[in-house]
Parts: sequence; structure tokens; C-alpha cells
Amino acid sequence: MPVIKVEIRDGVILPATIEVPANTRFKLEISNTGQSPAEFESVELKREKSLAAGATSAIVFRTLDPGTYQVFDDFHPEAKATLVAK
Amino acid sequence: MIGAFVIAFREVIEAGLIISIVLAATRGIPGRMRWVLLGVAGGLAGASLVALFAEKISDAFEGNGQDILNAAVLIVAVLLLVWHNTWMSKHGKELAGELRAAGAAVRSGEREAAALSIVVGAAILREGAELVLFLYGLVASGTSGADIQFGAFAGIGAGVLLSAVTYFGLASIPSRYVFSITSALIIFLAAGLAAQAAQFLANAGIVDVLGHTLWNSSGVIPENSWPGRVLHALVGYTDRPTALQGLVYLATIAVMVGLMQWSAADKRRAMRTA
Repeated sequence: MPVIKVEIRDGVILPATIEVPANTRFKLEISNTGQSPAEFESVELKREKSLAAGATSAIVFRTLDPGTYQVFDDFHPEAKATLVAK
Repeated sequence: MIGAFVIAFREVIEAGLIISIVLAATRGIPGRMRWVLLGVAGGLAGASLVALFAEKISDAFEGNGQDILNAAVLIVAVLLLVWHNTWMSKHGKELAGELRAAGAAVRSGEREAAALSIVVGAAILREGAELVLFLYGLVASGTSGADIQFGAFAGIGAGVLLSAVTYFGLASIPSRYVFSITSALIIFLAAGLAAQAAQFLANAGIVDVLGHTLWNSSGVIPENSWPGRVLHALVGYTDRPTALQGLVYLATIAVMVGLMQWSAADKRRAMRTA
């Protein structure tokens, strides 16, 4: 299963464009490298993951239609990124 | 500071609205306050544990642990709400009446209050883990200033206050109507929670049918806007429901209404033969 790494750091999501494979299983591994807690969330994907400072956790996607999905940090509303499945 | 206030406030009202409806729905049941407080305490303790073991829970079941736990907590809450409404359609009138010592209602009322205490605990467990994580991070990291911490705690206070206002609003409804209204609110509340549980099971890969989106109303009421969040907490609003969520939502309503009709008819039969 492909693993795509995402870093979330005190209001910044890296990379700003997260490229993932469409129509296949993959794991999104999210690390909170900042000093404050974060909540990686996407309303479109109906997924959320809370992360304490220093925590790493993963979301497994079983299949995703090709497209562009907005993601954000619910604890830092200014932090936004785009997840692109292709 | 405003950011911390908004986040804390939002997390508190999601559980707070459920608790205020449950409190209004149990009016007249003796000893219910003790049970509700027990539910609050249990929920907070559970939320702290979930926050503490967040990574371990997340990694369980091949990375689906959090989804499975959320689904389980929601399903327990839904079942107890279904049971509550069924019970209420039999005993609600006795509780609303002047005679508080209405025999059967009071005797089984204790069990009823215990069930709702679990609903309260489940609501806090589900919503509270995020808040605990957020607050702990604020206090523990030491990087956030006093104003941010003040904002977060003011947000909790405001959330509790709004929940209390909701409760007193519901409690001021004349007792003849209050249980009809809380029963209706609980039907939609339970249906919304059941639909959320269905989505968690779908995310975990346990249910793999009817995954297509029914509609997209994010242009009208985005789910993460204020009206969207309040509607989400109260009636389970989601701006892109899947067919599975829609089906579970409607099925929950149908089952609850059916059981309530049956229970009310059962009581009428019992009264005729008595």
C-alpha cells in the first residue's frame, strides 16, 4: 500500500498540494511536527484526525475518485491544502 | 485568542446541545441529575483516555481504530435513544402529569435515567477527546500565551452557557408538550448519529455499499459553517451525504416512530384490561 506523508506544523500543511493515487488503497501518514495540537480534516472526504504535538497517525483510504479535495487544520483555520487524486 | 475561543466553544456546544435535550427529555424522573452528572464525569474521563491513547487507538485495526471506536460509541448512543423514546411514549404522560409518584414510571425511571447517563457520556466521549487534546496542547506546550488560554476557557464557558440556555428554553415549554417536542428532537438526533456511525463504518471499510453521494449542498449551507455545525449537531446535517447515510437516517426514523407507536398502543391495551 503506498504511503503518502503529510506534515502539519502550527498552522501550515506541507505539501500544500498533496498528490495521491486515485482508485486504489493508500495510506496518508500525517505528522504533527509543530508545538500545538492539530486536526487534519476534510469535509469533502468525510475524514478527520486529531493529532497532539509531536504525534504521527494515518488515515487509510480504500478508494478515491480522481479529483481535487480541500483539506484543512480545524485547530488552525488559516491552514489549508489541496489533495489531488489522479 | 479569538481562534481558541471559537474552537473551544464549537466543541463544547456539539456535546452540550445533546446534553440539554437529554436533560429536558428526562424532566420529572427522580434522581436524574445525579445520573446526568455521572454521565458527564464518565464522558470526560473517557475523553481524556481517548486523547491520551489517541495514537494507539488510531493504529488499532490496521489504522481503522478511531473510526471503529467512534462508530461503536455512536451506535450505543443511538440504541439508548431509541429505547428512551419507546419508553417515553408509554410513560411520558405519567411524568408530565401532576402525580409525580406515578407508580411504574417512577420505578423504571431510574433505569431510564441510567440509560440517558450513558448517552451523555457517549456524547462527551465522542466530542470531548478533541477538546481535551486541544486544551492539553495549549497548556502543555507552554508556547501559547495567557490570552490564548483565556480564550479557550472563555469558549468553554460560553459553550456551557449556550447549552444551559437551550435547556432552560426547552424546560420552559409547558409539560403537556415538552415530551412530544423532546421526543421529536431525539428522533432526528438519533438518526443523525446513526448516519455518522454509518460513515465511520464505511471509512473503516466494514461497510462497502452505497458509497455514492446523494447531493451536494455545500454551496447553500457548508457543513463547517456555523449553521452547518449546529444543524449537524442537532439533526445530523451533512452537506454531501452518501446513499448509505441517507438510508440509515431514514431507517432510524422509521424504526423509532414504529416502536413508539407500538409502545403507545401497548399502553392503551394495558389500560383497557386493567
